[in-house]
Amino acid sequence: MSKKIYERPILRKVVEGIPNKFGSLKRLRPVETIDNVAINDIIDEYGSPVFIISEKTIRETYKTAYCAFSTRYPKVQFAWSYKTNYLDAVCRIFHQEGSWAEVVSGFEYEKALDNNVSGSKIIFNGPDKSDADLTRAINNKSLIHIDHFDELYTIIEILPKLKERPQVAIRVNMDTGIIPQWDRFGFNYENGEAWNAINRILTDGGIDLIGLHIHIGTYITMSKAYSIAIEKLAALANKTFDRFQKSISYIDVGGGFASQNTLQGAYMPATDTTPSFDDYAHAITTAMTSVNFPNNETPTLILETGRALIDEAGWLAGSVLANKRLADGRRAMVIDSGINLLFTAFWYDYEIFPVQETSFQSEPTTIYGPLCMNIDVVRNNIDFPLLNKGDRFVIKRVGAYTMTQWMQFITYRPNVVLIDLNGKVHVIRKEENKEVFRIQELVPKHLQNK
Amino acid sequence: MSKLNSLAISDNGFIFKPSTGESFTTNELGLFIIQFLKENKSGEEIINAIMQDFDVDNVTAGRDMYEFLDFLKKENMID
Amino acid sequence: MEKKKLTIAITGLNNIDSPGPGVPVIRGIKDSNLNARIIGLAYENLEPGIYMPGLVDKTYLMPFPSTGSEAFLERLEYIQEKEKIDIIIPNFDSELYLFIKYSTKLLEMGIHTFLPTMEQFEERHKDNLPEYAKKYGITVPESKAIMNSNELANLPKPLSYPYFIKGKYYEAFKVSNQSQAVYYFNKLSAKWGLPVVVQQAIHGTEVNVIALGDGEGNTVAAVPMRKQYITDKGKAWGGITLNDERLLEITHHIIKQTKWRGGMELEMIKTDDGEYHLIEINPRIPAWVYLAVGAGQNIPEMLCRLALGEKVDPVTKYEFGKMFIRYSWDLIGDIADFEKIIIFGEL
Ligand SMILES: Cc1ncc(COP(=O)(O)O)c(C=O)c1O
Repeated sequence: MSKKIYERPILRKVVEGIPNKFGSLKRLRPVETIDNVAINDIIDEYGSPVFIISEKTIRETYKTAYCAFSTRYPKVQFAWSYKTNYLDAVCRIFHQEGSWAEVVSGFEYEKALDNNVSGSKIIFNGPDKSDADLTRAINNKSLIHIDHFDELYTIIEILPKLKERPQVAIRVNMDTGIIPQWDRFGFNYENGEAWNAINRILTDGGIDLIGLHIHIGTYITMSKAYSIAIEKLAALANKTFDRFQKSISYIDVGGGFASQNTLQGAYMPATDTTPSFDDYAHAITTAMTSVNFPNNETPTLILETGRALIDEAGWLAGSVLANKRLADGRRAMVIDSGINLLFTAFWYDYEIFPVQETSFQSEPTTIYGPLCMNIDVVRNNIDFPLLNKGDRFVIKRVGAYTMTQWMQFITYRPNVVLIDLNGKVHVIRKEENKEVFRIQELVPKHLQNK
Repeated sequence: MSKLNSLAISDNGFIFKPSTGESFTTNELGLFIIQFLKENKSGEEIINAIMQDFDVDNVTAGRDMYEFLDFLKKENMID
Repeated sequence: MEKKKLTIAITGLNNIDSPGPGVPVIRGIKDSNLNARIIGLAYENLEPGIYMPGLVDKTYLMPFPSTGSEAFLERLEYIQEKEKIDIIIPNFDSELYLFIKYSTKLLEMGIHTFLPTMEQFEERHKDNLPEYAKKYGITVPESKAIMNSNELANLPKPLSYPYFIKGKYYEAFKVSNQSQAVYYFNKLSAKWGLPVVVQQAIHGTEVNVIALGDGEGNTVAAVPMRKQYITDKGKAWGGITLNDERLLEITHHIIKQTKWRGGMELEMIKTDDGEYHLIEINPRIPAWVYLAVGAGQNIPEMLCRLALGEKVDPVTKYEFGKMFIRYSWDLIGDIADFEKIIIFGEL
């Protein structure tokens, strides 16, 4: 006689105001494979936890985004925002698809060069550019996006020593209705600072102002904000032309498109509310074509989209360490990946799935990471099936900012693997070990005694 | 197990506690265990019965059953 | 009675102290010439409408809208298979987004709705009211969307105490000093998220209009009302229909300008000098809809007919001085019904 399928006994109090089971019951189906590769096999081979990146998803997402813009506007250029994910393999996929590089530090700049991006296709952003960084970038004909007057004066100062004329844009900040206003970067539009900067650049004569740049914030769900920004940049471009007879050859609208990760506190899941690339493209290209640029010229539209291009392609798979009951009876699950790997868990409600078929029952659960810190919460109060110690899970949409903001606290960073278009798995960043750290550390002689 | 007998328990797994007015839900195995508790069976006996009817190992069945008993105790349904 | 029997599903059966519009909408339908079978859609297992005798033919529990579209559509598909619903009238602000977004999909399933467009729905949000007013030439009280409690310390002129501080979706408190304002800012932002809206309190009488727009600029029905007694939750406990031509003019203007589609409620303040300030637009039928039915405009019925694509002639007549007085009533229920809702999600 065959036995019945086992489901652990439950007792649940009926509480008013708590979602009924027909309410919360979006039954969590397991995610067993990524691009047809079994997650279990990846963990068996590359350890737990492990970041998994899908080349297929990156390329498909990029193509969707590129199509959304290029079918609506004649000159479109993406520049891969290195800070979002600067693993070389990832950057090179974007470069193969046609992306330039957008970097914000000497380190990122060197990475871009190492990834064979030609200097003229590197956009150098951010407030932190040393004299040496600037000299090298200008001599490589890279696009310098000036952030503040001190940077502008540095460029003017080093002009005599440069081999090339600096190709610059200014970063502009402005009121687009987005709160908070990122007014700490670039020159302000409303108070005339941006116009002053343009005057200073163009009266010098040794510098070419070729673009205008904004980055209005990140996770912007109001596509209208981009339209407002473009109108203001167009006004600047016209004013510049009227005064100096110089036209701008590109408008860089920065990054900021939301991914489909849900922000904590949002009422609806982001999968229902996030604008699509088509929505953003519609707003942005409509604005680009309806404003008049000087001479009826059509400036190139540059996009530094980060999050929205890579979040979906990244996964983090790992294992359950323990189950607990908290003092108030709530269930808690401890997993082997914490906020050391998912800094972003502070503001996202990540979707997390079991890797294998589980019992039908689920229970409100808090998911903790392994760090010895109270703030190490990966997911608060999620209706989750009971996994046992050793069972595996996978967290969805972790491609953006995780592999750059991760921290090395009490343990090593894990392997990152890439599934290529043929389903072959490659390690693209090796897990760390004690040698990695020993190389960096020096022990003074008087402490070297055995 | 007089306390359990004072509860109204339906075959659907709905439990009503007249003394407090609270309602609870349980599942098939919960009902199964409660039935054995009413018959004053010991923990050991219940675990064996579970293993006989359900596809489960001794450790899991025991751990889950004792956790279930803890819940019942917390709700003052058993002593 | 018409021959074809319609199946009409209604949400908002929470006839509690801050009632949803479901029960009065159903009463309107039952008073009409429509031959309808009523399906209740409930979110919580104690919504009174589930248990009221003779009200609904069947109730199903629904997943909360915040669970997302997947669960929502899955559940509706399940219900649709059994019930063959012709029309759904959603009555909660929080569920409208999903119903609007998936209205085409629902229509493919055979379910008709009559709702504002997503654009109409989004643009009348509280935090967008000043822009809305500018676009359509309506007077609104000074207001500002606030992201940070520090902003309360220097609000732009002419905002001054007392003012209302309002949650993104629900709730409003009148405050007359900064510490109160900060207190409610924290409370409202924790509960409903950001922004929190500060709106100048206007001295005057609150008057409301229930209206129905056909989506082409015509006002198919409109009845103005003054709340006579307001509970501590700000809900009307009694109200009376008004003969206020200016108020109706404003309503026609708004519906004409926005081409509003579906039911709506305008909340206005009439000042002592006879000026009208719009304080809120609710994008759905309000809970006091049965007063309009009683005064001669069966808005639920008209809405159903519009949903089915029938031509509905505008009604302008209604009786002034009709009153409603809300009362509570203890219903005797059986735990067996409760059990069915809990265990099966259907009753
Ligand atoms: C200048 C600049 N460009 C692009 C990005 C990428 O933004 P996102 O990931 O929001 O698309 C950032 C992120 O902060 C940035 O600062």
